[in-house]
Order: sequence, then structure tokens, then C-alpha cells
Amino acid sequence: MRQTTAIRESGTDRIFLFCVYAGLTLILVLVLYPLLFIVSSSFSSAAAVQGGKVWLLPVDFTLDGYRGVFQYNAVWTGFANSLLYTAGGTLLSVSLTVMMAYPLSRKEMFGRSVWIWAILFAMLFNGGLIPFYLVVRDLGMLNTPWAIIVPSALNIFSIIIAKTFFQTSLPRELYEAAQLDGCGDFRFLTRIALPLSKPILAVLTLWSAVGIWNSYFNALIFLNSQSLYPLQLILRQILVENKIDYTSMSAGLDPQRLAMMQNMETLLKYSLIVITTIPILLIYPFVQKYFVQGVMIGSVKE
Amino acid sequence: MKPNPDIRKRVIRHWPLYAIIALPTAFLIVFSYWPMVGVQIAFRNFNPVQGIWNSPWVGLRQFELFLDSPYFWPLIKNTLTLSVYHLVVSIPCAIMLALALNEVKNVRFKKTVQMFTYAPYFISTVILVGMIQIMLSPTSGPLALIGEMLGNNNPPNVLASADSFSSVYVWSGIWQETGYGAIIYLAALAGVNPELYEAARIDGASRLQKIRYIDLPGISSTIIILMILSVGGLLSVGFEKVFLLQNNLNLSASEVISTYVYKVGLVNADFSFAAAIGLFNSLIGLILITAVNYCARRVSDSSLF
Repeated sequence: MRQTTAIRESGTDRIFLFCVYAGLTLILVLVLYPLLFIVSSSFSSAAAVQGGKVWLLPVDFTLDGYRGVFQYNAVWTGFANSLLYTAGGTLLSVSLTVMMAYPLSRKEMFGRSVWIWAILFAMLFNGGLIPFYLVVRDLGMLNTPWAIIVPSALNIFSIIIAKTFFQTSLPRELYEAAQLDGCGDFRFLTRIALPLSKPILAVLTLWSAVGIWNSYFNALIFLNSQSLYPLQLILRQILVENKIDYTSMSAGLDPQRLAMMQNMETLLKYSLIVITTIPILLIYPFVQKYFVQGVMIGSVKE
Repeated sequence: MKPNPDIRKRVIRHWPLYAIIALPTAFLIVFSYWPMVGVQIAFRNFNPVQGIWNSPWVGLRQFELFLDSPYFWPLIKNTLTLSVYHLVVSIPCAIMLALALNEVKNVRFKKTVQMFTYAPYFISTVILVGMIQIMLSPTSGPLALIGEMLGNNNPPNVLASADSFSSVYVWSGIWQETGYGAIIYLAALAGVNPELYEAARIDGASRLQKIRYIDLPGISSTIIILMILSVGGLLSVGFEKVFLLQNNLNLSASEVISTYVYKVGLVNADFSFAAAIGLFNSLIGLILITAVNYCARRVSDSSLF
């Protein structure tokens, strides 16, 4: 027979616990409300949104906002560009990270402390924006997709985390056994280390992908052709600068339609936010496990 | 010091390691270290015709120009206001969230709260600012609605006010990052020795006492290290979010060093001047992080390096 050994909370503790639960619920509401508001507004009519009638649930349910977004060409070229930059940039970044971290995790590598110092110093000090810009310019990368993919590919923090992972998760015995069997360093990396490193590879990939997808700075300083702009820069134009370019709408532009479009500006913004954010927020629950792991690996080092 | 032939043998035997690390090293040199050399442009008066290496050398002139410029103190003030305000608020908030989550026994509730508070971290800066402009708009949106409910049809325009800029910046940041920030502390809390909890329970400690005497000391080293890192970045208020939140009306509070360098250096192409500011910024950051690290090493036994 099982004995229950539940210890009853003391009086003060119960009050405290109540406060904790209440506080956390409040936080949950504060986090969710803005998201809910935006989703509801995106499904409402332009009139309701302009008139400030929406506060929690959709008013005058319509899909007009979404129709507007789908017709906005610049959003979709931006989307395609972002896909390209994210795929290329993530592949490059993760590869470089592994290629730097793995050798540095091997004690056999003579002189590795030189590299480690070089990396740490680079993390703490850099030449600043202008010299960085000038290097990219002098490499001829300005206004090309390379400017987004290449310059920021090396992420020092990721290297350190990957190195820690390799050091702590690849047992010495495995390495020594492989060496006895005549396995060279390169083969060990590709055949043994990498397959065992799926968690860290997942983390690196996610960090890199999310970072590239969400940022606009490199695009801002290195690109000036609209056709190369990533999604975030287009979003900036629409959401922050309020520059909606009606000529890029694929729908025909008679005056009546134009007037309707202009009324829809605010609604368009809501639908745009939902379309560009919801995918990430939907994938995220499945992916957050890896992020948390990554942060924990990083903090273990401390 | 090992005799040379041994080292040679080691290097030759492990040559693949050097081959593998060659490409990332090239990247490191080109994109991290070469710009450090290029920063010498800050000591010149850059002339596009003469180029980076032939422009006249002016020594510390650009730095003098910056220090004497009427923008100097406002920039430092704005930058520091944002970072210190952010630091002072975000670290306790993340810690409190982590401690609160740590007290929750209901696993489903805990995981739900964690998952939802962590989600905003994935929202891009552009979208976040778009949301801020919507939520805090004085004419349509929740702020306006609340204003209407309270009978005030003209709520303050917080987006166009220099006084409220730092609060908008910091608290929106709290909304977005606290969930993520709490994870590190939760990881540290998970590492606290359970025997301490047992002992506390036997001694009849209340939960609050447990937090004060076990949880907090247990994560103190994590707190210190994160604080050191934050202080090191005190002058480097991130560009992306500030730039998007800036407008003509709040510029007196929203112009920070990073946005100023962008405008002066890339928009106005005054490379030397902007490079000098950037170098100044980096140097101060390095000094700060070294100083705080030194203090931390003296005061406690955890430090960054």
C-alpha cells in the first residue's frame, strides 16, 4: 500500500504560493494579450480597426487584410530573399562554427590557446562599424546577397558553446580508441563526432537561422536595391516607415480600389504581422526544447 | 617547454586539424581582425580620392572633434540611460520570473508559462516595433481604448515623446526578453544542491526564506557573470530597435552612439569621424568589462576571466 507523504504548506507559504501563481497568470495574460489583439484585429474589417472597435475578439470578421497582404508583391520577394539568406547564411555559419570549434576542442592541437585567445579578444573588442563596412565594400560585396551571408557568418559565442560541447560530450576513450584504429582527425570528425553532435548542431542551426531571419541591420547598411531586400527590411518600410507602395500591388489600380487600399493601411499591418510571425510562433513550441538546451549548455560552462 | 621535434611530430600528425580550422581562421582574420587594423582610419582625415592608407594623418583630431562636439554628452547620456535602465530592470525581472517558476509544482502550468513567456523572443525587432506602434498608438489600439474607457480621449503620445522613450524601449524589451532571460537562471537553479532544500525544510524555513538563503546564493555566480557581460555592453545599445523607434520628436532622447555612428558614417560618409567614435565606444566597453570583471574577482569567486 502506498503511503502519501504530502507535507502541508504553512500559512505564509500558502499566501506566498497564491501570489506566485497569481503573478505568473498575470504575466501570462500580459504576454498573450498583445498577440491576441493583433490576431483578432487582422481578422476584422478595416472600418472596425480604424474606428478602434477591436479590443479582444475580431469585429466584422473578414479576410480583407490577408487578401491585401497576398497581393503585395514586395512582401513576397522579401520573403524569398530572406529564405535564401537564411538558408545560405545558416549553412555557412554552422559549418564555420564546427570547423573552428572541433579542432579547438582537441587537446592534441598544438597552439590552440593562441586561437582561443584570439577568439575571446575578438568577442570583447572589435574595430567598429565603419572599418567593418569598409572591409565588406573592398571585397566587392556591397549590394549583393553575399553581404548578408558572409560577413557575419562567424559567431564567436556559438564557437565557444560548440567547443564546450565537443569537449564535454565526446568521451576521451572514444577518441583514443579511434586513434588506435588508425582513424585520422578528419574522419573522426565526419564519421563519429558529427553524428553524435546532433543536439549542438540543432541548437547552432536554430540560433543562426532565427538570427539571420529576424535581423535587418546588414541589409540596411549593405544593400540598396529593393529587389534584394530581405523580408524584415520590407516590413520596416510598411510597419515603421508607413511607406506602403501601392504600385507593387498586383491588383489593378483603379481609383476605387486605390481608395479602398488606403483605408486598409492599418488592417494591412495587422495581417502582415500575423503572416510573418505566426509561422515562427507555431514552429517554436517544437523547437524551444533545443533552444533551452543550447542556453543550458552555454551556462554550464560558467 | 617541449623540445621541438615532439611538437613538430604533433603538428604533422594532426595536420587535418589545422586544415579544418583554416577557413574559419581566414574569416576571423578578414572580418574580425582586419577591421581592427582598418580602425586606423580614425586617426586620419579620410579622403575618398586618396583612400584609406593615403589620407592625411591627423592623430587624435577626430577624437577631439567628437569630445568637443555638442552631441557628445547627450549621446553618452542617452546611451547610458537606456542601458542602465534596461540592466537595472531586466536582471531582477528575469531572476524573479525564474524564482517564481521554480516554486511552481504544477508541471503543466510551469511549462505553459515558460513556453508563452519565451515566445516573444522570436519576434523580430521590426515586428516588435510595429506592435509597439500599434499597441501604444494614441488614436487606435489598446492604449487609446483604455484611454477612452477612463474618459480621456487624448491619451499621451508616448511614441513621440522624448521623456517616455526610455520607458517604452526598456519595458517593451522586458516584455520580449524576460522569458528567455529566465531560462539561464532556471538552469542555474536546477543545479542547486537538493540537500540544501531538505535541510531547509527540516529547519522549517518558509519558501521566502528558502529563496533568500538558498536559491539566490546558489545562482549568484550566474548573476554576476551576466552582469559583467551586460556592463561591458553598456555603451553598445543595440542599433536595430533604437533606430526603428526613433523619430524627430523623440530624437533628443533616442539618439544613441550606435545610431549616430550610422548616420554620420554611412549616411554622411564621414568615415574617419564615425570610426573614431566607434573606436572610442569599443575601448570604453573593453575598459568597463575589464574593470567590472576585476571587481567581481575581488568581491566574489566568480568572474568572466
